[in-house]
Amino acid sequence: MRVAVVGVGYSGFNANTPDLSWKELMFEAAVRAYEDAGINPRRDVDSFITCAEDIWEGFAIFDEFVPDQLGAVLKPTCTICGDFIYGLATAYMHIKSGLADIAVVEAHSKASDILTFGGAIKFAMDPVWLRQIGNAHPYYFAALEMSQYVNECCIDEEQVASVVVKNKNNARLNPSAPYSGRIGVEDVLNSPMVFDPLRKIEIAPRADGAIVFVLASDEIAKELTDLPVWLKGVGWWSETSNYDTMSFNALYAAKAAKMAYKMAGITNAAKEIDFAEVDDRFAFKEIQHIEALELSKRFETATLMAEGYFDRSGEIPVNVSGGNLGIGNLLEATGGQKSLEVVLQLRGQAGKRQLSKAETGVAQAWRYIPTASGAVAVFGV
Amino acid sequence: MSVGKKDITCPPEAIGTPVKDSDLKEGKVTYVEDHPDIRYAWTAGQAISRFLKELKNGKLIATKCNSCRRVMFPPRMFCELCFKPIDDWVYVQDTGTVQTFSISYIDPDAKPLPEPIIVAVIAVDGASPKMGIMHILDEVKPEDVYIGMKVKAVWKDEEEREGAITDIKYWKPVG
Amino acid sequence: MIMEVEKIKGLKFAKKQDVAIVGAGMTTWKRRLNETGKELSYIAVKQALEEAGLTIDDVEMVVMGSAPDTFDGLHMKGEYLLDGSGGSDRPYMRVFVGGGTGVFAPIAGYWHVASGLADVCLVVCEEKMSSCYPHPQSGFKYIWDPILDRPLNPNLIWIFALEMRRYMHVNNIKHEDIALVSVKNKANALDHPCAQVAEKITVEDVLNSEPMALPVRRLDVSPPSDGAAALIMVAPHIARQLTDEPVWVDGVGWALDTTMWYNRDLYFPRYVAEAAKMAYKMAHITDPRKEIDVAEPYDPFDYKELHHMEGLGLARKGEAPILTREGVTARDGDLPTCPSGGLLGVGNPIAATMGVKACELYWQLAYRAGKRQVAKEVTTGVCQAWGDLMQVGTVMVMSNKR
Repeated sequence: MRVAVVGVGYSGFNANTPDLSWKELMFEAAVRAYEDAGINPRRDVDSFITCAEDIWEGFAIFDEFVPDQLGAVLKPTCTICGDFIYGLATAYMHIKSGLADIAVVEAHSKASDILTFGGAIKFAMDPVWLRQIGNAHPYYFAALEMSQYVNECCIDEEQVASVVVKNKNNARLNPSAPYSGRIGVEDVLNSPMVFDPLRKIEIAPRADGAIVFVLASDEIAKELTDLPVWLKGVGWWSETSNYDTMSFNALYAAKAAKMAYKMAGITNAAKEIDFAEVDDRFAFKEIQHIEALELSKRFETATLMAEGYFDRSGEIPVNVSGGNLGIGNLLEATGGQKSLEVVLQLRGQAGKRQLSKAETGVAQAWRYIPTASGAVAVFGV
Repeated sequence: MSVGKKDITCPPEAIGTPVKDSDLKEGKVTYVEDHPDIRYAWTAGQAISRFLKELKNGKLIATKCNSCRRVMFPPRMFCELCFKPIDDWVYVQDTGTVQTFSISYIDPDAKPLPEPIIVAVIAVDGASPKMGIMHILDEVKPEDVYIGMKVKAVWKDEEEREGAITDIKYWKPVG
Repeated sequence: MIMEVEKIKGLKFAKKQDVAIVGAGMTTWKRRLNETGKELSYIAVKQALEEAGLTIDDVEMVVMGSAPDTFDGLHMKGEYLLDGSGGSDRPYMRVFVGGGTGVFAPIAGYWHVASGLADVCLVVCEEKMSSCYPHPQSGFKYIWDPILDRPLNPNLIWIFALEMRRYMHVNNIKHEDIALVSVKNKANALDHPCAQVAEKITVEDVLNSEPMALPVRRLDVSPPSDGAAALIMVAPHIARQLTDEPVWVDGVGWALDTTMWYNRDLYFPRYVAEAAKMAYKMAHITDPRKEIDVAEPYDPFDYKELHHMEGLGLARKGEAPILTREGVTARDGDLPTCPSGGLLGVGNPIAATMGVKACELYWQLAYRAGKRQVAKEVTTGVCQAWGDLMQVGTVMVMSNKR
């Protein structure tokens, strides 16, 4: 029995949403998804899954505020504390275990409601060992990782800058990307060094948005749509919570990818994957994640990046949507934006961004600092 | 796989080291303190913004769904049972009936209050049955409150109102 | 393209594989424990693995259940706890439905195995409420709607008091009958090694205890606690290698009601009834009162045990206090309820209450509950948890026969 994506809906993405509350944002995305799938959530959906973390929302138990705007009142609804792709994995398990025929996954970001973003991330750090050290914004944690990684793999700043250039320029073709720009490598190198070696322009700024997916078993999918996109494989992995033993090389993404590829029956990713959407909330992370997804070999990725191998017109386009650098940091909905782009490309609905060869795509997301956990999803037609 | 099951005839084994509050105060247990600073400003959105504006004017407003014909209070932009956007805005009265109540002696930090507070769920007149909100009751003795009691809202003066639920100071019995 | 999909045909339970429970563990529960959250998780996991006869290397996936981040004082607390709970270097996911997590985490463990993705899944629940100052109850300030509720400075006990009053009013129940539940559970807990507030009390003690938010008094309430619990769920072929008597998961169900709790009549927990409907259907149970041998409904307050018994269909509306008064729910009665001592007797570490709900049900059905073992022969049992703003019901039905 296979699992398919039968409907997608999204609202956003914007730097700020002063006119809508997060409930209304979710409602908008949900209505669009249900319309796309052709279902009535009150009657047809067996399971609703929200992906949210309390502190991003500002509530102690966010689960409470979820059912009304999804049409989930008095129905099986739950919250997964993780990225959207973890929610996709849960929906996959619900359908495979027979608990649901149709499952809905939702994630959103109302980052503009958070006044103290740095304080919120700091709250995730170990209270005994890490929180009390210094007063810097927690982005320094990513800078530490970048410093080790670029030194270990001999990556220079122009190669990292080419990630920013590629993604921001890709975003110019994406009407939902608020942070696009016509920039070149010199613009990146002139950006201030905020956490050496991390530059300001290499950090994805925050954005708001909501994404809802409707998934179904293959029997139901065939009744609902002519264009099912199959969720062929999904994987998720955690390394450890200890900062001193983290690989700082996206090992979590590599293992999650292995799990997803095994499920999807992919043995040679570099040949079988047509395009990918990876987490690039810090520019250097994109290079790590591309290697973890086995799309290129270690120590070769940065060179290939600078040569345009991962451009829109390259061999394996990565982040044609503009990635997080072009769209923004969507918190737990990041994996949702990645999955959304993959699904739209596979359906041929990606507008000006449409790639000519799009049959198998990969979406990958990370759980952000200070964690070493992430998930991967493989979609195909 | 079975690496030798431990013979536990009666689980569980209680393991753990209890400590007392005094142990912390007297320094017998090491601990770390943190005072996080995390602040939010939630956008109220379409429905609640209108609700708050009407509160400033001394009025209560609800929304109507033509499918199930419910008049919903507090107002929302969509009917959660029919799952469709609402159709109309309707004013409701500032009187209601007590559905349930409680007399509270402690504050949110579990410390005793100087005076007990009476809190109730009040079903507002003009909305569908049982459409209530939570609010405080006053000008009544705790022993005189009963389920089914009719109450009316007591508002702040117009200059003091700021567009918040506290523009209604409390509800008092009528009749 | 809009196509009319047939009305839900009921849930299809074509399971990929059956799921069994082979081990459980929990730490002691106290108001304040010296161990960190990671250490508590480790202790519970170690006990569960020892009982099952497995090591951490045998575990394929881990599910963590932990309630609000505000108590431990950590954002993304699932990530922080992962190495203590055995989640290092494996797929690890955290689920959360407020207080219902105690029974929802095992449900999540169930779908990890039933879907065929894992053969051995470890379920851990941990809570460290003592980290929250000035009092764990302060953490509950943030569950309320920021615009409609928080300006009134509400206290968590208010919603319970409002619900209790409504329950008593509609069903015409006296506080004396409700207090019997507190007396029963606190006495049951005297046989539980991990109990925090086990004691012999009388109905008068409850009615004379300090008023918190009337009608709720201090002895009607369970205390905040630190603690952890763990469960091991496996596929049938693994279960047969480990034990002759695994306990099987027959049915699971969960449901979430609307956020607007003041638009509902609180006297009946319809969210529990919906969740129970789903679980009973899966377990092929048509008459719960006859077919359930032992029950562990969620009892953070004494009236809640009665409220939930009615929601679970174990008693008609308003009948639960009568069953209690007649001794039906005692350990030697016909429908023993909360034989562990429940939250009222053992403690309330929110998500870790799995220890006295799902774990206890497992121990009862495996006949390993020692002094807490109920008198009658047991085949099928139900455990249930509740959470959020009177919203979530999570139900699991287990049995020891296949």
